[in-house]
Amino acid sequence: MSITLPKVRVPYLLLFPGFAFLFTFFILPIINLAQTSTQTPISGGDTGQYEQTLAFSNYVNAFIDNREQFARSFVYATLATIFALAIAYPLAYAIAFKSGKFKNILLVLVVAPFFTSFLLRTIAWKQILGEEGFLVPTLRNLHILGQQTTITSTAVAVVAGMTYNFLPFMTLPLYASLERIDPRTIEASGDLYANGITTFRRVTMPLSLPGVVAGTLLTFIPAAGDYVNASILGSPNTKMIGNVIESRYFKIVDYPTAAALSFTLMAAILILVTLYIRKAGTEELV
Amino acid sequence: MAIDPIDARGDLRLTRITKSYGDFTAVDDLTLTIPKGSFFALLGPSGCGKTTTLRMVAGLEEPTVGSIHLGETDITTTRPYQRPINTVFQNYALFPHLTIFENIAFGLRRRGVKDVKEQVDKVLNLVELPHLAGRKPTQLSGGQQQRIALARAIVNRPALLLLDEPLGALDLKLRRQMQIELKWIQREVGLTFVHVTHDQEEAMTMADTIAVMNEGKIEQMGSPADLYDDPETAFVANFLGQSNLIKGRIDGGDGENLVIDLFGQKVSMPKSRSHAVDNSLYAGIRPEKFRISRTGTEVRGNNLTGGRIEDVSYIGVSTQYVVAMPWGQELMVFEQNDDGVPPFNKGEEVVISWEPSFTFGLRGDEDVEAGTEVNPEEIDE
Repeated sequence: MSITLPKVRVPYLLLFPGFAFLFTFFILPIINLAQTSTQTPISGGDTGQYEQTLAFSNYVNAFIDNREQFARSFVYATLATIFALAIAYPLAYAIAFKSGKFKNILLVLVVAPFFTSFLLRTIAWKQILGEEGFLVPTLRNLHILGQQTTITSTAVAVVAGMTYNFLPFMTLPLYASLERIDPRTIEASGDLYANGITTFRRVTMPLSLPGVVAGTLLTFIPAAGDYVNASILGSPNTKMIGNVIESRYFKIVDYPTAAALSFTLMAAILILVTLYIRKAGTEELV
Repeated sequence: MAIDPIDARGDLRLTRITKSYGDFTAVDDLTLTIPKGSFFALLGPSGCGKTTTLRMVAGLEEPTVGSIHLGETDITTTRPYQRPINTVFQNYALFPHLTIFENIAFGLRRRGVKDVKEQVDKVLNLVELPHLAGRKPTQLSGGQQQRIALARAIVNRPALLLLDEPLGALDLKLRRQMQIELKWIQREVGLTFVHVTHDQEEAMTMADTIAVMNEGKIEQMGSPADLYDDPETAFVANFLGQSNLIKGRIDGGDGENLVIDLFGQKVSMPKSRSHAVDNSLYAGIRPEKFRISRTGTEVRGNNLTGGRIEDVSYIGVSTQYVVAMPWGQELMVFEQNDDGVPPFNKGEEVVISWEPSFTFGLRGDEDVEAGTEVNPEEIDE
C-alpha cells in the first residue's frame, strides 16, 4: 500500500515534533507559572500550599519589594553588554580581517571556554579576583587599589564575571557579520576618498550592525536574568532579580512571588528588546 | 595630502614596475604610458598581471620596484583615497547598506562637494537610471548595478577611471550592449579609461589602444587593427583571434619583399611585417585572409598546393574549412558565403591562396601554441 500525503500537510508534519516538544515543555509550564503567580497561601495550610485566588496584587507587591534588584539587574546587564561589545568588536574585527592563517585557531580559542562548565569558570573568577590571586596584590602594590579594598563581593566582580561569561556570545555573531563583508566594498570606500576612520564609520561599522544587534541581545537577555555570577562573585548588596527568584522558589518556597517576578522580568526584557530592535532598524539590514 | 585632480590631469606613466609576492613575480619590469583622454585596455589571460597592474594604479597594492606618475605627480606611494583615480570593481562592490543615491554621492560627500544632489541626478540621467535613486543595490539587476558602479566612479570626474573586468558578470547580450554604452560614455565625459579584461573581443570593440599582457610583461601594444593585422609574437597572434602559423625559412628577397620557403613551396611577404631574427620564421596568415580554389584553377598572389578539405562547417555568414596540407599541418580557412560558389566538399583537392601583404612573420623559435590554451571565459581573480 502506498501512502500519498496531500502536499499541504507535509509542512505541518515536519513542524509537529517541534510543536509537541515546545507545547509540553514550554507552553504548559508557562500556563502553570501564570496560574501560580496569582495564588495566595491557603489559610491554616502548610508552607508551600497555595490556592488560586487571582491575586494580581502579587505582581505589585513583588515589584515594589524588589525594585532595587530589578534596577540592578538591568544596570549590570547593560554594563556587561557594553564591556563585552568593547572587547569583542576589536577581537572579532581582528579575527575576520587580520588573522590570516590563524583564523581557525583563534575561533576555536573563542569557543574553548565552553568546554568547561559555566559554574566552574565563574568559581575560577573568584580565585582570580580574590585576595590570594595575582590581580589584587598587584593593584595594591601599584596603589591603584587601597590596602583594604577587595574586588570579590562587589559589583565590579559581578559585572566582570558576566562580561567574561557572555563574551563568546558577543564575539561570534560580530565575527560572522564582519566576515561576511565583501572586502571590495572596503576597498571601494578607500577608492572613493574615504580614509581608514571614515571607511570604518561609513562602511564597516554599518555593515556589521546586524552582528552588533545579535551579539548585544545574546549577551543582554541572559545577563539580565543571570544569578550565578551574582551569587558566586557578589554579596547580598549585589543581588540581582535572578537571585531573588531563585531564593523565593527554593529557600522561602514562595512560589507566587517567584512566578510573578519571572513574568515581570520576561515582560521587561521583551519591551526593552522590542524598543532596541526598532531603534536599530535591523529589518533593513538583514 | 590629497592631490588636486586638476594638477594631476595628464598621462599615466608606469616606469619599470615590478610586483612580487614571495617567489612569484606578478608584474615584471613593466613600463607603460597611457595618454590622457584615451580608452586603454590591458588584455591578457587569467594571472597575466593585468589586475595587479590596475590595483597598483588604484593604490590598493604597492609596487615592489618602480614608480607611477600621473601627469607630473609621483603617486607611487600615495594612499588610494588621496588619488584622483576611481575604480569600477569587478563585482561592482556597491555599498549594500546605502541607497543608490547615497552610493553615488559617497565620493562627493567625502570630498565635501556642495551640489551633491545636482551632480548625482546628472550622472543618474547619464546612465539612464534616475528612477532607481531610492533603491538598495540588492534590488537592482546585474546590468543596473554595473551602471551604478560606473556612475559612482565617474561622478567624481577622476583623472583616471579604472575598470576591472567591469562586464565579466553580465550575460553575452548585455555585455555587447554595455560595451557600446561604455565607449559612448567615455567620449561623452572625456575621461581616461583604463580597462582590464581577458575578453579580446571586448578590448577590440572598446579600446583605442590595447596592451596585450602575458606572464607579467607586455607582449605588444597598439591599436586593435595593428595588433590583429601585424602581431609580433605567437601569443598575440593566437590570443587575438585565430592564426595559421606555418614553419618556414627566409630564402632571399629584394629590398621590399622576402621570399619564404614553406615546405618547398615559395611565397612572398613584405619585409616590414617580419619579426624574425634569423633565417627561420613562422609565416602567419589569418583564416579569413585565405582563399580556396579547386586544383587546376589559376590563382593570384601566394599559393600553396596539395591541400585536401578535411572538414566543413557552415555557420551562416561564413563557412569554416579545415584543410590538411601535404606536410601534415591542418590550416583553418574562413570563406565568406557571398559569391554564390557552392561550398567545397570533404576530400576535395584544393589550392590555398592569399594576398602576400596579409602575411606576418614571427621568430622561428616561437612556441606556436602560446596563447591558445588559455580559456578566454576564465574570470581573472
